[in-house]
Amino acid sequence: MRKVAIIGIGMTKFGNLWDRDLVSLSVEAGMKACHDANISQEEVEALYGGTMSGGLFVNQEHVAALLGDFSGLKNIPCTRVEAACASGGLALRQAYIDVASGMHDIVVAGGVEKMTDIGGAAVTKTLATAASQEWEAVYGATFPGLYAMVAKLHMHKYGTTEKQLAMCAVKNHKNAVYNPFAQFRREISVQDVLNSQKVADPLNLLDCSPITDGAASVILASEKKAKKLCKKPIWILGSGHAIDTISLHDREDITTLKATVEAAKQAYKQAKLSPKDIDCVEVHDCFTIAELCAVEDLGFCKKGESGKFIESGHTQIGGSIPVNTSGGLKAKGHPIGASGIAQVIEAVLQLRGEAKGRQVDAKIAMTHNVGGTGGTAVVHILGR
Amino acid sequence: MTVGIVSWGAYVPVYRIKVEEIAKIWGADPAAIEAGLGIKEKSVPAIDEDSVTIAVEASRNAMKRSSVDPMEIGAVYFGSESHPYAVKPTGTIVAEAIQAGPNYTTVDMEFACKAGTAAIQICMGLVKSGMINYGLAGGVDTAQGAPGDALEYSAAAGGAVFIIGKKNIVAKINHTLSFTSDTPDFWRREHQHYPSHGGGFTGEPAYFNHIISATKRMMKILGTSPKDYDFAVFHQPNGKFPSRASKKLGFTEEQIKPGFLVDKIGNTYSGSSMLGLAAVLDIAKPAQRVLVTSYGSGAGSDCFDITITDNINEIRKKVPPVNDYIKDKKYLDYAEYSKFTKHYLLH
Amino acid sequence: MTVPRIWRKIPQYYNLIGKKCQKCNSLYFPPRDVCTHCGEINLQNYKLEGNGEIITFTVIRTPMPDPEGEIIDIPGRQIPYIIAIIKLDQGPCLTSEIVDCSPGEVKIGKKVKSVFRKIVEKGPRGVIQYGCKFKLI
Repeated sequence: MRKVAIIGIGMTKFGNLWDRDLVSLSVEAGMKACHDANISQEEVEALYGGTMSGGLFVNQEHVAALLGDFSGLKNIPCTRVEAACASGGLALRQAYIDVASGMHDIVVAGGVEKMTDIGGAAVTKTLATAASQEWEAVYGATFPGLYAMVAKLHMHKYGTTEKQLAMCAVKNHKNAVYNPFAQFRREISVQDVLNSQKVADPLNLLDCSPITDGAASVILASEKKAKKLCKKPIWILGSGHAIDTISLHDREDITTLKATVEAAKQAYKQAKLSPKDIDCVEVHDCFTIAELCAVEDLGFCKKGESGKFIESGHTQIGGSIPVNTSGGLKAKGHPIGASGIAQVIEAVLQLRGEAKGRQVDAKIAMTHNVGGTGGTAVVHILGR
Repeated sequence: MTVGIVSWGAYVPVYRIKVEEIAKIWGADPAAIEAGLGIKEKSVPAIDEDSVTIAVEASRNAMKRSSVDPMEIGAVYFGSESHPYAVKPTGTIVAEAIQAGPNYTTVDMEFACKAGTAAIQICMGLVKSGMINYGLAGGVDTAQGAPGDALEYSAAAGGAVFIIGKKNIVAKINHTLSFTSDTPDFWRREHQHYPSHGGGFTGEPAYFNHIISATKRMMKILGTSPKDYDFAVFHQPNGKFPSRASKKLGFTEEQIKPGFLVDKIGNTYSGSSMLGLAAVLDIAKPAQRVLVTSYGSGAGSDCFDITITDNINEIRKKVPPVNDYIKDKKYLDYAEYSKFTKHYLLH
Repeated sequence: MTVPRIWRKIPQYYNLIGKKCQKCNSLYFPPRDVCTHCGEINLQNYKLEGNGEIITFTVIRTPMPDPEGEIIDIPGRQIPYIIAIIKLDQGPCLTSEIVDCSPGEVKIGKKVKSVFRKIVEKGPRGVIQYGCKFKLI
């Protein structure tokens, strides 16, 4: 396998972008990434695009050809990658495998979701398609509901508190203040989270990531090309991808996302690194409980101890393992297919030293993207 | 040939609303309403319950109590005023839920509050003729009563199911007959959510004439008198009518009491006399005799003369009695009741 | 879900008909065609009893909308409603609704039994999907 680097990044502002559509968001992110890599789109040899549900969000399938076409990518292989909320992370992995294999030298990995063209109820229903329709969604299990059941059990087994859950959201909002692309650039308090509208006990509205429009792209290059084109290439040191049962109810331990554990194991092994080597991490905090589970399942603290770990400040900027310096899905926003790529962009910014107000001292960064309730997990380790 | 009840099962939803709570909403005097109707509270179906779910729960109880192979059930008849589909049978859903079929016949039945007892008669005929070995006959309802109407105080939810056959019978049906006439005392037109009724006209020419005539004819044919019966069950649209009818016929409070449920759960329409009979079977001893007379507006009564057999003790305890369902209850206030019954959508 | 999709699974929805691996005896509900323990593909229908225990649960206060995007017409989806993961006494776990109780009564570890209820009603014109929900014992 060849070494692969990220040589360009680009993303749109995340938020409720009423005047933007799927195509324009994707094109903007892609062009910014090309510009950042100092290449023209004609140099791109292949594209992997992550999007969860063009079909249900904007009634549009065949998205890879559509976006490739409008991005000026003529007659090259463009592939849509779908793994629910892990679509972006998985698109990156597919692009990585492509370049590493020697098939292509310059490949775009992108992600996009246009979520606000349909109402909130339809969004809830669309997101629930990441769960089993026949055995979960049919009984009224929403996505917040499924994660709420994880939270309930985590609290029951380990004494985790609603306040500790809220602290994840508070931290992520605080970090997002320094991220110009984030949807919510304002601080909130623990009390704000606890007082916010109840969604699915014990999760409140401010425990949940928002409905977001946005796109993100990165340019991958082979070692030879990267060294030629880029002053600060960021290397993909490890890539892991695993599935688990699609339904929570089929898992031995509902509070452990085994897909995360396995994907991390693969990535650590490839990178020859361990959790203590990671300087900052972007985890998949679609709900606050998801961040707690991720911190445990990626190996930053023991199972069941994430509540205290977060409470004691380890995951803050300046802590032992800063988590979601970008603001995470919670505050940066969660345009489903784009999230996995936006995580990688944050890791690149941190490693390049371009994260400004939220900069941490990082040589090694990790990204962690989850599909559904952990049916898919994709983990990447990046380094300078 | 002896035909009778092989097993029985009942179901009453857990929710109740007090007559007092309804009266309060409409500015009526709760004590006067309670005294006038002889009802203290009524059962209310949960948001996700309908006549089909009630029929399934009652049928599963009947199946659990018996050793009948569901594949041997040759007919499934449910009487109801609230079949959830206007077109598409209740019986197929129930049969599937008890793993019966596909070698059975079914049709949905309606005759106001007496379609369930008519189902028993039809099953008896099919068993006697040798066309089937076992028939499932049920009366179930999530009864409708318009907000503010007198029926709102009584219209309740519940039902009972009887397996009719000739083997291992626990209650022998000695005789059955009907008394029927064209008497429009209560009706519901197509596409209407709530029934209409003739007020006082539902009494003498309707309920009392049919119940009393059917019962008297039965006793005349069999040469029996009220003292020959250990229990009597009459359709219970409210607490007053059955008491008055039984008094007129010469039955005592003691004979009526075990099957008298309306004061505690209201009028379960097609379920009413069926639940009363189920409650009697829960306690009756071998050789005891039961008289049951249903009433359906429109109008007609089906009367049954029943003798309990020795087999009853073997199967009685296998499922909870009707009384357990009556005692297991949760009260709703009128707002919750309105939400459960979707009154706010319909009215 | 469309009518054929519901119809196909009627035995499973009504009667908890799961699968049993003919090689290692593993039980599955929801049913599977391949045994995840031993890889066997000879799995036969097996009826599960409806008794079990609550592993975890939540009270949904923002509901799942109905197929047309409306919220109000789904019975049992009038908020709040309780969703739980239930471990059946015979082993398999499933997701379903807990009915006939208030949110405060539900606790992890409580025993439940299956009841027959409406699951989804597709508006006043559509079919009614029935199946198993659970109530506290």
